[in-house]
Parts: sequence; structure tokens; C-alpha cells
Amino acid sequence: MSTATRFPAFNRQGVLAIYRFEMARARRTLWQSLVTPVITTSLYFVVFGAAIGSRMSEVDGVAYGAFIVPGLMMLALFTESLSNASFGIYLPRFTGTIYEVLSAPVSPLEMVLGYVGAAATKSVILGLVILATATFFVPVRILHPGWMAAFLVLTATTFSLFGFIIGIWAKGFEQLQFIPMLVITPLTFLGGAFYSIDMLPGAWRTFSLFNPVVYLISGFRWSFYGTADVGVALSLAMTLAFFCLCLALVWWIFRTGYRLKS
Amino acid sequence: MDRAAHVEAAPAISIAGLAKTYASGLQALKRVDLEIRRGEIFALLGPNGAGKTTLISVVCGIVTPTAGRVLVEGHDIVRDYRAARSKIGLVPQELHTDMFESVWGTVRFSRGLFGLPPDAAHLERVLRDLSLWEKRNDKIMTLSGGMKRRVLIAKALAHEPEILFLDEPTAGVDVELRRDMWALVRRLRERGVTIILTTHYIEEAEEMADRIGVVSKGELIVVEEKTTLMKKLGKKQLTLHLEAPMTAVPAGLAEWNLVLANGGTELEYTFLASEERAAIPALLRRLGDLGVAYKDLNTHQSSLEDIFVTLVSERA
Ligand SMILES: Nc1ncnc2c1ncn2[C@@H]1O[C@H](COP(=O)(O)OP(=O)(O)OP(=O)(O)O)[C@@H](O)[C@H]1O
Ligand SMILES: [Mg+2]
Repeated sequence: MSTATRFPAFNRQGVLAIYRFEMARARRTLWQSLVTPVITTSLYFVVFGAAIGSRMSEVDGVAYGAFIVPGLMMLALFTESLSNASFGIYLPRFTGTIYEVLSAPVSPLEMVLGYVGAAATKSVILGLVILATATFFVPVRILHPGWMAAFLVLTATTFSLFGFIIGIWAKGFEQLQFIPMLVITPLTFLGGAFYSIDMLPGAWRTFSLFNPVVYLISGFRWSFYGTADVGVALSLAMTLAFFCLCLALVWWIFRTGYRLKS
Repeated sequence: MDRAAHVEAAPAISIAGLAKTYASGLQALKRVDLEIRRGEIFALLGPNGAGKTTLISVVCGIVTPTAGRVLVEGHDIVRDYRAARSKIGLVPQELHTDMFESVWGTVRFSRGLFGLPPDAAHLERVLRDLSLWEKRNDKIMTLSGGMKRRVLIAKALAHEPEILFLDEPTAGVDVELRRDMWALVRRLRERGVTIILTTHYIEEAEEMADRIGVVSKGELIVVEEKTTLMKKLGKKQLTLHLEAPMTAVPAGLAEWNLVLANGGTELEYTFLASEERAAIPALLRRLGDLGVAYKDLNTHQSSLEDIFVTLVSERA
């Protein structure tokens, strides 16, 4: 029937099919994916920015309301990337439709590009929506837009990769919620999303330096206001290191077929 | 012979020494060897848990084999997986569907996944062939079970495969749809598609298949042309309804190994379909000579089902 004996070296159509499928899934749940985070963020501004912020002095020369914007964006980026990407791959495993992707001429790299690419895209869009929402409440300025975009994309991609790993590892819906709830949320709150870690007492400050999220938020905030808790180079290095760690884990998963193939 | 010619001449599927032991320790396949010819309809029969789905899953890349080698039109399913998989369409046994997708969306997805550019005309043809065209904008979850099964077939045909696996395509399908399905399979075969199907309906294999393989406990115990299998193992039975009941088979009929049945009112003669020859006329002549009167006679040929049951129980 078909004359194509040679298969192209890169299955572009396959990547696009997965990507579009995942984006369509997001469109069907547009309400949850965008409106909920926007409302939550607005509430943060009302509570932290207006109610508490009015009693707080500036942090590093930035008004408190504006100071928390990068942290809030990161918080949303972490949780949305994780839940989007983990759900995106867990759902076909759960319903059994994964059989089709596994039986298709799609390489592991192409599969990751499709699933993780879509999840990261959604997170970046969400981050920008939150940024737009923030400008209604507080004056936001961005000193280094290029770096801001770089941190945004890199973090969204890294956490989507991480989410992809969780989605493959999870044996049930509870486990899908487990890591974001038990690990990411505390790390984010303790990672300086709402304060500068310089504001912490000495021992806690040292302790915070073991929290990888501190570096992500610090670097991201630097791209906005030019102030940082830790060096920018260190922030970037830590983000890249985390990215490479996730990449290595995904590579191992596909090499062993872990929880994808019996 | 150069490589291209070698691939050209290769069988549709060639399986050698294939074994699969699941992580649970269960040995689902024990050294299976099998060649599927191009353009044939091959039926895999076997009781529940025999290993049919496992065999199909290995060929399609869903299950990693423990040992052995599989070539699809000459392409190794591991080293050359892209070429191998792009030729195969799979309709799984379970109804795995994306509930919230539309019929059209899901077949378009399948075609893209297999690396082909969109082709609305082809997809329309496939959907019309399966009487799904009117349902193309419906969400899959609103369809009935039989229609979902057809959606899975449409997905498998979206990338114009040369080899089609149908894992129990007619399970839970009504008689009319089953006939439709058979007609579709024949049309596909006419277009040159190789078809491997598993089924529990023996009549289906009898009706459709060119060759039949019987799997039992992870082993392929028989692979045979359907007609040969029927001839070799098929039994025939001649039943004579007697005018007067008998208490014993007359000594003069000993060479036919007859059996008295139904309270002595029937005489049964069972023989292999392959060795019919002149046995019946001779028997009837002898009955006449002995003065045994009968009012009616009928013959019965055992179906594939009887053969199948015999084969599998011999192994048990
Ligand atoms: N993922 C798995 N993990 C462990 N054991 C499995 C797995 N899948 C199948 N098995 C076992 O392997 C054996 C063969 O199963 P398989 O599904 O291949 O049988 P089958 O011939 O398709 O049966 P059926 O006619 O019921 O569909 C069974 O004993 C089954 O329990
Ligand atoms: Mg099966």
C-alpha cells in the first residue's frame, strides 16, 4: 500500500501530533488551567501585597508587592509544570492509550519533545498571564527581559521534565499529587518566594542554601530587579544542573523501559 | 543479493526463538518460531492466557522480549524499529480510547504519530469504510462499545499499514457488525494488507483464515493451512438410524469399528476425513448382505472447533 520504505530520521509529524494533542487537552480545561491560577495569584496580592505588604518596608529597595511577583510566578510555574507534565503522561498509562505511542515509530526523544514541550509551553503562557495580572496590582519592572525569558523557559522545561518522570513513576493518582504537595510546595515557601533569605536568622539562612528552589527564585528575581540572594551565575548553574539531572533520569527510563513496557 | 532485494523478498513477519517471561516470573511465551507470509490472513487461536496478546505486543514494540528475534518485512523490531513499526497497524484487545477526543481528532492523531502528513481524503475513506463518517465529530465516550472498536480499527488504518494486527476484533460485537468486519478484512487483503487476527470464535478462523496457528501455554503447537488442518485432523461421522434396535454390533462389521448409540437404535461410524475413500460404499454393501435395515443416514464433519478442543486437551 504505502511506498515509503525509508522512514525519516526525525518524526516531526509524530512530535507535532503529541504536542497538539496535549495542547488540545489544555484547551478543553482552559478554565482550570488559567482562571484558577489567576484568581489564586490575585488573592496573594490582596493578602500579601496589600494587607501585609502595607505594613512591611521595602525589600532590597523594591516595594514588597512587586518583590513577590517573581516568586509567585515561580511558584505557579513549578506546580503547573509538574501537574501538567505528570498528568499528560500518566493519563495514557492509566487509560491504556499509551499502547499507541509505544507501538508508533516515535523515538524517546520525540516523545519527550511532544509531552514535555507542550507542558512547558503551557507553563510559560501561565507565567506570562500571572505577570500580566500582577501589573494590575503593583508596578513591575524587568531589568533583564532576555534573562527573565531564559529563566522562565528553562525552569518550565526542567519542571516539566521532572513532572514527566513523576508521571511515569506514579502508580496511582495519590502518588501523582504526592511530590508536588509534600516536596515542592514546602521547598517553594521556604525558598524565598515571599521574602529575601537575608531576612532569616543565621542558621536558617545557611540551611536555606541547601534548598535548590532558592537558586531558581533568586536568579529569576535578579532578572526583574537586579538584586539577588545568591550569585546569578550560581543560580544559573544550579538550574542547569537540575535540568541535566532530570534529563539523565528520563534517558534511564527509556533505556530500561521502566514502567512503560512490561 | 543486495540489501534492498533481501528486504523485498522477506516475509511479512519472521519470528525466531521468541520468549517472554514477565517480571512476575510468569513464562508467557516459550521459544516461538513463526513466519507470516505477505498478503495472507493468519488466525491465532488459543485459550485464555495462552500468550496470543503477548506475542502481538512483542511484535508491535509494547512488550520487551526476553529472548529471540523478530523481523518485520526484513526490519529488526529493535535495531530498525522505526521502519518496522511504520508498517504495522494494531487494534488492541481492550477498548483503550481517549474519551474526550472526537473521532476525527483521534484518527488524525494516529496518522501523525506514525510520521505521515495529514491526508483528509484517506481518513474520510477509512471512516466511511467503517460507517463512522457520520460520527466523525462525536466525542468517543458517547459511542457504543462496537463503535469504539471500529474507532480503534480506524486509528490502526490511519497510516496505511501493510500489516494489520487485530486482537479479538469481534469480541462483544453483534452478528451484523461481525459480518461487516469480515468484509472489511477481505477488502484489506485484496489491497495486499497482511492480516493477523486472534479470535475465540472458531467459525471466524474457519471463515476467514488462510492459515491457522494454535497457541497453548506459551507454545505454538500447530501452524497449518486451514484446509490441511481440517483435512488432517477433521473427523467425519456416519450415523445410521436402524429399523430395529440392536444389542451388539454384528461380528461381520468388526473391521469398521462401529459403535452402537442411542439405546441400540443408531450405528455410528467415525473416520478421518483424509481416509474416506471406498469405506462407506463397502460398509453399506456389507450391511445389505447382513440384512441390517436402516431408515435414514446422515454424515457430520467435525468443525475446527472440535479439532481445536482435541489439540488443546491433548496438551493439557
Ligand atoms: N503485564 C503482564 N504482567 C504479568 N503477566 C502478564 C502480563 N500480561 C499478561 N500476562 C500473563 O501472561 C499470560 C499470557 O497472557 P496473554 O494476554 O498473552 O494471553 P492471551 O492468549 O491473549 O489470552 P486471552 O485470550 O484471554 O486474551 C497470562 O497468564 C497472563 O496472565
Ligand atoms: Mg489476548
